[in-house]
Amino acid sequence: MKKLSYSVIALSLLAASGMAMAEQFTVTTGGGAYSNSIRKAYFEPYMAKTGDKIVEDVWNNEMAKIKGMVEKKAVSWDAVTMESADGMRGCDEGILERIDKLVDKSKFLPGSITPCFIGSIVWSNVYAYNDKKFAGAKPSTINDFFDLKKFPGARAIRKNPKVNMEIALMADGVAPKDVYKVLATKAGQDRAFKKLDSLKGNLKFWEAGAQAPQLLDSGDVVMTTAFNGRIFDAAKNEKKPFKIVWDGQVYDFDGWSIPKGAPKKDAAMKFLAFASQPEVMANQSKYIAYGPTNKDAVKHISKEVLQDLPTNPENMKKALPASAEFWADHFEEINTRFVSWLAQ
Amino acid sequence: MTASTLSSATSAPLSEGTGLSLKKRLARSERRRKLQAALLVAPLLLFILFTFAAPIGKLLWRAVHSPEVAEGLPKTSQIIQAWDGKSVPEEAVFVALAQDLDTAYAEQRLAVPAKRLNYDSPGMLSLLMKAGRKVASFDSENLRQQFIDADPRWGEVETWRVIRNASSSYTDFFLLRALDLTRSASGEIVSVSDDEAIHLDILYRTFWISALVTAACLALSYPLAWLLANLPAKTANLLMICVLLPFWTSLLVRTTAWIVLLQNNGVVNQVMQLLGLFDAPVQLIFNRFGVVVAMTHVLLPFMILPLYSVMKSIPPVYARAAASLGANPWTVFWKVYVPQTLPGVGAGCLLVFIMAVGYYITPALVGGPRDQMLSYFVALHTNETLNWSMAAALAAVLFAATLVLYAIYSRLVGVNNMKLG
Amino acid sequence: MALPDYAGMPEKTVYYGVRVLSGLVLLFLIAPILVIVPLSFNAEAFFTYPMPGLSLRWYLDFFGSAEWQRALYNSLFFGIATTLLSMFLGTLAALGLARPEFPWRGPVMALIISPMIVPLIIAAVGMFLFYADWGLVNTRLGMVLAHTALATPFVVITVTATLTGFDARLLRAAASLGANPVTTFRRVTLPMILPGMVSGGIFAFVTSFDEVVVALFLAGSEQRTLPRQMWSGIREQLSPTILAAATLLVLFSIAMLVTVEMLRRRSERLRGISQ
Repeated sequence: MKKLSYSVIALSLLAASGMAMAEQFTVTTGGGAYSNSIRKAYFEPYMAKTGDKIVEDVWNNEMAKIKGMVEKKAVSWDAVTMESADGMRGCDEGILERIDKLVDKSKFLPGSITPCFIGSIVWSNVYAYNDKKFAGAKPSTINDFFDLKKFPGARAIRKNPKVNMEIALMADGVAPKDVYKVLATKAGQDRAFKKLDSLKGNLKFWEAGAQAPQLLDSGDVVMTTAFNGRIFDAAKNEKKPFKIVWDGQVYDFDGWSIPKGAPKKDAAMKFLAFASQPEVMANQSKYIAYGPTNKDAVKHISKEVLQDLPTNPENMKKALPASAEFWADHFEEINTRFVSWLAQ
Repeated sequence: MTASTLSSATSAPLSEGTGLSLKKRLARSERRRKLQAALLVAPLLLFILFTFAAPIGKLLWRAVHSPEVAEGLPKTSQIIQAWDGKSVPEEAVFVALAQDLDTAYAEQRLAVPAKRLNYDSPGMLSLLMKAGRKVASFDSENLRQQFIDADPRWGEVETWRVIRNASSSYTDFFLLRALDLTRSASGEIVSVSDDEAIHLDILYRTFWISALVTAACLALSYPLAWLLANLPAKTANLLMICVLLPFWTSLLVRTTAWIVLLQNNGVVNQVMQLLGLFDAPVQLIFNRFGVVVAMTHVLLPFMILPLYSVMKSIPPVYARAAASLGANPWTVFWKVYVPQTLPGVGAGCLLVFIMAVGYYITPALVGGPRDQMLSYFVALHTNETLNWSMAAALAAVLFAATLVLYAIYSRLVGVNNMKLG
Repeated sequence: MALPDYAGMPEKTVYYGVRVLSGLVLLFLIAPILVIVPLSFNAEAFFTYPMPGLSLRWYLDFFGSAEWQRALYNSLFFGIATTLLSMFLGTLAALGLARPEFPWRGPVMALIISPMIVPLIIAAVGMFLFYADWGLVNTRLGMVLAHTALATPFVVITVTATLTGFDARLLRAAASLGANPVTTFRRVTLPMILPGMVSGGIFAFVTSFDEVVVALFLAGSEQRTLPRQMWSGIREQLSPTILAAATLLVLFSIAMLVTVEMLRRRSERLRGISQ
């Protein structure tokens, strides 16, 4: 019964979109290779099908932009891609619309749908190295990222405490299942920062996802944490000698949210309903190495694509699912400390 | 318009004897001319007030006005004023809290006061959000025990002290924090713990980088300005173009140029390796060196121009007189020439220093995380941490520093002497 | 300034030392700007010499990309709107301020030129929070208002400069010869202040055209300007298209420089200030 009602909502939205006048709305995504994959897998087919026009914008997950728009009632984005923790945090702060009614939760991976967030992909934070920089032994574990003796050279990490805290603890010997328990304590946070401290003189930082492969390419660093899809894209499409280390990967969901008070909310909802269909979602993996959250979509993906996805069992031997709830609750306190740590 | 006032003023004495005394008519025409002058200035004045002064006023106001808790948890904020501050509060306070949490959570706005409390004491956000998720399932009897069972922190006096301190709409918390100070449990102003103390460092860093840039600008400008002032006008004008072109070139273009020049596979590293100075690329950018070089380049014309205009006006007779009296060239330069250039040196240094202190774009693009100055942190708290009160407090510190420097500048140089180009 | 024949070693050292040093400083000033110009014609996406070949591909990229074109259009739009508005407000104010009977000149002048002094980040964040209450964030109007506030002080200063040394007797002479106020303004005042207005207008245009901090906070994707586009380009990935844009901007700044210099000389001639 419940499932039926979901499909009815989704279908009626789709049907309505065919009849309604062509609309123009703004969708904001994370830039670079990720935006390209979204354009090809979602925007182009959707525009061809409905005649609507999607205006693209790009952001680096600065939640302030959305907060500012919503608080000041000047929302200019109708749908935005964001990380699951931001989707939860934004929901708590009341700056995102509730949209979970749009899909049938049971069809999706657990944790990928929260009240204001529809996860569309599984992506992962991995680290990658430039193969040419290591003639002999190659880095293979998360500990190697922190091992300056065995693998000397500069590293880059994202300018954000998320993921960095987790990999620091894993490299310090905490088992993946205990990471968030440890990190919730002051002692655990001290431990993570101490581990990051050990790299400090050799550390650079990136903000936009596109910067990570660029830092590897320019020779500024020998290894960097990165979104796996960005490294995959550089290695496959630009033939860069980059290798991904899956050990200690922190995988997470990225997906859709709608800022509260979006001017074209209905058009955006129709688009999200379209973008959550399994056949449509499966297409995105052709353009970037991220897996779909809709379990039915996996059937539509070819074998060679599957092996580069974070969800490939080979890649999952030591993997940590990122906790949206942990970061929704603790981002503020850990980020404050991370910001001071950066500036010191 | 200008002419009419003048003609009425000049015609006044001619039409004497029309009833009003001369004094009165002069006063009236004086008033009218004042009014006319004021009316000419009024549109711009109002425009600046609305588009510029009011926004800054509102920002600075935000540094002390912080009503998130009073508005987000209204019942608790009110009832906790009567709390003795010594033991865990009564049941009534917990009842008020439960009602506030329930309403705020249902309306998706609990995170707002929770975040505000988290600034005072890290961990408050998760404490409140967890309680918000659970509170709907609490029994209405004995809420106090249920809260403490859910999280023992509800049974700590410190938790409630934080809530009470933040429950007022006005606070000095953020301004104190901007100077690495805070209030202790007994209300005295004390320094914050070492791992939280970053703002004074940033302030010193801001001044230090600005001082380095100012010194570099002065050292590079002095000989060049001297040469320009003493060359024949034709040659000097030609060379002046080299000074003015960067002045007119977009800041982003100049910053881009430095990134292209100084990056690891950039032109400077390439040349140094060709010359055999280094085997491997040297890190020249995204560090302090890159920031100082790029900022010096950007601000150099602001030092050269005032120095040049002062040196140009120095008559050569004093130096000649000193030399003819037997002073050696060094003494002539140091004791006679340099003192005459001091007004230009002072003006240039202050101008460059004032501009450097507020710089944002160049350090953000060519600096590392440890080379960022105050402006960067104002932007960071506005855009990333969303702590707008902290952004306002840091802006207030930067604003105060600029005002002091500007007051010195206007005393030394005078606002009306500011020239362009 | 030639070196006299009797100059000894120390004088020679200083003489040549100052010249060499000045030459290096001039090189430091100008070389970075000139270095990027040839690189924008590079056939490959590298930033080093020697270049493997020449090509116009980055310029085609610049003129072919909808994003860069929108940014160029926006920058010109904001620049022109800001120039007109600030020339109007600034000239009126300068005429008022130049009158000897204007009251409270000190504080008013300080307020009017404060946009030149207050760090941009403070203005930008304040505007972001304040303009939002009026629905001006992510709008063209908001950008024009903000840029005009930043640009008008330049017009006030340049017009005021042309009015210093302005002989008020000229106005009386015009009036006594029968000219009405409008004619006096048009025939006497305007020609005097015009060079100041135009060079102030150019300063205003450049202020808006080059401004990025306020744009970072007030401009949405529809209002993105050239510097804003370059900012995200530099932060994400430095592409030669940015160098092509930069080269065009350098050409533009040369044109501005020449115009302002010509105007300054004309104004000095008119006011009888000889070189």
